[in-house]
Amino acid sequence: MPSLKDLRNRIASVKATQKITKAMQMVAAAKLRRAQEAAEAARPYSERMGAVLANITQAIGGGGDAPALMTGTGRDDVHLLIVCTAERGLCGGFNSQIARLAREHIRKLLADGKQVKIICVGKKGFDILRREYGSLILERVDLREVKTLGFVNADAIARKVINLFNQGGFDVCTLFYSQFKSVISQIPTAQQIIPAAPASAAAETSNGATAVYEYEPEPGEILSDLIPRNIAVQIFRALLENAAGEMGAKMSAMDNATRNAGDMINRLSITYNRQRQAQITKELIEIISGAEAL
Amino acid sequence: MAEAFKFELVSPERLLVSEQVESVVIPGAEGEMTVMAQHAPVMTTIKPGVVTVKTAAGKEERYVVFGGFADILPYGCTLLAESAVAVGDIDRADLARRIQEAREDAADAKDDEARSKAEQFLSQLTTLEGALLPA
Repeated sequence: MPSLKDLRNRIASVKATQKITKAMQMVAAAKLRRAQEAAEAARPYSERMGAVLANITQAIGGGGDAPALMTGTGRDDVHLLIVCTAERGLCGGFNSQIARLAREHIRKLLADGKQVKIICVGKKGFDILRREYGSLILERVDLREVKTLGFVNADAIARKVINLFNQGGFDVCTLFYSQFKSVISQIPTAQQIIPAAPASAAAETSNGATAVYEYEPEPGEILSDLIPRNIAVQIFRALLENAAGEMGAKMSAMDNATRNAGDMINRLSITYNRQRQAQITKELIEIISGAEAL
Repeated sequence: MAEAFKFELVSPERLLVSEQVESVVIPGAEGEMTVMAQHAPVMTTIKPGVVTVKTAAGKEERYVVFGGFADILPYGCTLLAESAVAVGDIDRADLARRIQEAREDAADAKDDEARSKAEQFLSQLTTLEGALLPA
């Protein structure tokens, strides 16, 4: 049975923890709003980009001059996975969910006899995947120093990926990130970016393509300029969604922690009070029985 | 007054302009062009330069863009810029940094094609700098 003093210390320390988690929750809430705004501000660009891309692919009509980034190498042997996670923990299952999805993917690919390469964006995913697949990880992109995600960050990653592709480093590239659905729900998603997934292009053609365009310069040339940019945009969007998702997950995780700490304090206080009461009763009995003995 | 049409200037970070305008001057990769309402559908890449927007209200606004492309339709024009800022907000240091990077790219280029591309980009940037910041 812990002494009264022990209990008092315990309560004080839980209270201190509760204060910290509460503060973290509030910080996450503030950051979430900003991240959400950024994600929303970036949406028009990627939507327009999708529409334009659909238009132009239709114009080319899958002709032979489509760049390799779009059609792929025609092989399916080496897979590059870009796993985007958060830089910090304490956000519930956010990072492990993404990592789990990636891990399942890797396992399946390896079982099929494919070669797998990994680029980790964010420290946490790297930490999780390193244990099992450390030898497959090519590179780790560190964004911890970055205060506000800019397009530049995504562009840098995209450039690396494209360089690697041009050197024949891989055939298929898949992006793993967490889609931000709402504050309490983030969906880990795998999205194929190289070669550009045909399904999404087909879906977009139906609404966008009405006009016969003139192209300046040639469609093929525009396309070869556009596709790398599109990859950067996709990565950028993934990073932004991730940032918003991380903050959402952190907020709910910290909210839970604060509530748990509150419950714990209640329980401890009850024990403390009971014990204090028991001690008082015991002392009283001792005094009374002492008085009776006289 | 000329007919107005919808113009949108979007950068990956945000939507900068979305309004009814009278005309827009775009620094196309193959020459500047002025877009007005009922323009034939054109899609063009753009080089670093200044976009001049004349709004339906008659105001003139200028933006600096660094590459991107424009999607022109009879009823509207969308400019997807790699990065864009209003001319008033241009950051001298940022521009200098871009020029420096372009210079390094040109120096590092492996084959002739890449080098000529990088040099072209560099010259576009320096022209832009000259136009914006009369020293």
